[in-house]
Amino acid sequence: MNIVTTSGPFTHTSNTVQKTMITVLLALIPATAFDFYLFGWPAILLFTVTVGSCVAVEAACLALAGQPIKAVLGDYSAVLTGWLMAMSLPPWAPWWIGVLAAVFAIALAKHAFGGIGQNVFNPAMVGRTVMLVSFPVVMTAWVMPHPMFSSGAPGLADAIAITFGGHMPDTMSAASALGHIKTELSRGIPVTQSMAQVPDLMDMALGYRAGSLGETSAILILAGGLFMMAKRIISWHIPLSVMGGLFLMAALFHAVDPARFTSGTFHLMSGATFLGAFFIATDYVTSPVSKKGQLIFGLGCGVLIWLIRTFAGYPEGMAFAVLLMNGLAPIIDQYTRPRLFGRNRKGEPLPLVKEKP
Amino acid sequence: MKLFPIRGGVHPEYRKEQTSEKAIVAMPMPRLLYIPLQQHVGAPAEVLVAGGDLVKKGQMIARSQGTISASQHAPTSGRIVSVTDVAAPHPSGLPQTTIIIEPDGKDEWADLPEPVADPFAADLQVIRDRVAQAGVVGLGGAVFPAAVKLNLGTQYKIEILLINGAECEPYITCDDRVMREYADEVIDGARIVARVMGAPRVVVGIELNKPQAIEIMTKAAAPFAEVEVVGVPALYPMGYAHELILAITGRETPAGKRTAEVGVVAYNVATVRAVHQAVRFGRPLISRVVTVSGGAIREPKNVLTPIGARVADLIEFCGGFSAPPARLVNGGPMMGEPLPSLEVPVVKGTAGILALTAEETNTQAASPCIRCGSCVTICPAGLSPVEMAAFIRKDNLEAAARLGVMDCVSCGSCSWVCPSHIPLVHYFNYAKGALNKQERERRKNERVKILAEVRVIRVEKAAEAKRAAMAARKPATAATPAADAPPGNAGQANTSSTAEEKTNA
Repeated sequence: MNIVTTSGPFTHTSNTVQKTMITVLLALIPATAFDFYLFGWPAILLFTVTVGSCVAVEAACLALAGQPIKAVLGDYSAVLTGWLMAMSLPPWAPWWIGVLAAVFAIALAKHAFGGIGQNVFNPAMVGRTVMLVSFPVVMTAWVMPHPMFSSGAPGLADAIAITFGGHMPDTMSAASALGHIKTELSRGIPVTQSMAQVPDLMDMALGYRAGSLGETSAILILAGGLFMMAKRIISWHIPLSVMGGLFLMAALFHAVDPARFTSGTFHLMSGATFLGAFFIATDYVTSPVSKKGQLIFGLGCGVLIWLIRTFAGYPEGMAFAVLLMNGLAPIIDQYTRPRLFGRNRKGEPLPLVKEKP
Repeated sequence: MKLFPIRGGVHPEYRKEQTSEKAIVAMPMPRLLYIPLQQHVGAPAEVLVAGGDLVKKGQMIARSQGTISASQHAPTSGRIVSVTDVAAPHPSGLPQTTIIIEPDGKDEWADLPEPVADPFAADLQVIRDRVAQAGVVGLGGAVFPAAVKLNLGTQYKIEILLINGAECEPYITCDDRVMREYADEVIDGARIVARVMGAPRVVVGIELNKPQAIEIMTKAAAPFAEVEVVGVPALYPMGYAHELILAITGRETPAGKRTAEVGVVAYNVATVRAVHQAVRFGRPLISRVVTVSGGAIREPKNVLTPIGARVADLIEFCGGFSAPPARLVNGGPMMGEPLPSLEVPVVKGTAGILALTAEETNTQAASPCIRCGSCVTICPAGLSPVEMAAFIRKDNLEAAARLGVMDCVSCGSCSWVCPSHIPLVHYFNYAKGALNKQERERRKNERVKILAEVRVIRVEKAAEAKRAAMAARKPATAATPAADAPPGNAGQANTSSTAEEKTNA
């Protein structure tokens, strides 16, 4: 008989990298589907281009590195990166934004570092950020939702013109809520006044507002996040600490000066807060491994988001905040290792305590 | 009873239902029995028999030698075929000295030592001697001689005797069955051990996935105020003594210390039952219950197996293989070891023999780590497997040691949970072995250095004495430096050659 003598354990969880990635993709489907409905054909075309480019670039990188292409593509990590990146782009952006973003995300941020598991920075956010910094006008051309099949919604032919022809209809552009508040503040109009023109919180939670695909429906993103938690793909630590950090900072300053600072609830509901907290900051590779480290990481993200939104030149700070904290993740890991069994924090054996009688 | 949270842990598929409802059955005596001299931690036993000797059941055939060792007894009556080298039930399959017995089929008992009439009145030393004589070792897998462990009571103040019925390894149900079928014997053995240890309390810890065992044991413990049965969460590796002690008493054993130093000693349920047998009936440990299970076994069973029966005989008794097994395991699937062959014998530490199908083992090729952090979350020792493995891959063992790899208990939870199927615990076992070897080398070199230095001093002293003697004899002609040189050089040359010899040795 053929006797194999490999070491144990001789049983194994049914979980795999591929299953993990597929679960995350499943969690993204409701929000994505709803956003496709809101922003119509151009969004679908851009999404397809972005995801397709990511897979193509990944395949090219693997071929260059001499790695098995089919096996590695099968882990769906490139699909996930493309998907998340597409959700962070303006839905009516031209096709080359998606392609260029894919090159930066997959080739530069992921494979230049050694492929899956080796990258320091979140590839999707690198892709988005490079695009934002390089093409600020295109990357901030938001549109109000034009639900599919409604009057004024672009048909497939119009969509092809928008995505591949660069025919962005001028009349349709709109500002995101965060952008609007920021612009108004710079004109000297206090938050209390400009808040009147942004969609109410309910609309923001549901997604009827201008923004990138993933910025809109907070409720469906939350549902996806809770699904991932139920499936034990992510834990509560990062989402809660990201939102907690952001909310605390915003609420604190709002209480001090409501004319200058928007409320904590507004910050939670705006921009990519939910997408970032549940899907971006929780990326395994670029976040700390210990629960304590994850709390610090999340809090850092939350505080940085608020700082960037409030004081920096960009209205939205999720991508920058996550990238900055990505850079800190290794050092956070180093300082948040769990205490060893039977040892104190310094690694010395615990003292023998005399038990009380 | 209030329980304390333990660190980490995983929930593997337990698959205990294959054998948990199967009552213990005795297997027929095989044609030959193979009794290795070393089935325990410590020194191998000293052979008392030779080929051709006739032995009776329970007769001592190898005697414990040294402070830590255990005796071996004939599991049945018969003739000694030979004392020779046979493959050990160890992944290496290396040979070890083994007594081969051909049973005569009469199963005649030898004259056993007189039973201890009242173990709760007898002299403690009598009980210790009886346990030592019976060759009882820890049957939970540690195979530490039980009699040696009994002495802990004289060195430390033991407050709680913990009886470990957690049985957290998947598939294995032998302890479950022993508790269900011999609850009174287990409780009696536990009380005897507690008396010898001077432990005022006995706590039996059983995982909640064995409700019948908890019920039966609670009933058996009811008459004894000092004995308590506690259900603990089914969470691997709850059966690891340090974890179970933490869960039940809240006491965390400091690194490098014994549990006795926090006032708790743990014994496996089958071990205390063996103590009961030894003390109450004078019977040595000559058989044990082995769970034979796995998808490739035709009739999974709990088998009362004579020590020394070959695994092949045991599997044949269980109907043989129903499918070609992907893995043959000695022990549980988490911490068990691969069986080198079916020809090896069942020994005192064999709790299970598993023949697993490919579907059950779910072995896959390792893929790159995605830093999911699961291994950090579940590590019961509080380690960061992801980081340690990265260092060990680069052969930076010192860095892994700084992260605590020597504190790894090899429970295998990290390998189990890894979605990339990285054999993490394998890395750590390798690192521990390599680091231990380095440490041995370092100590040896230190000893050699000391010996060399001592020799230099000795040679110098001898030269000094010689000089003094010469000076005393010929006070007129003082010793010249040239005269000094030869002995000095010779001494140094000798020293270095000694050092070399020691290093080579």
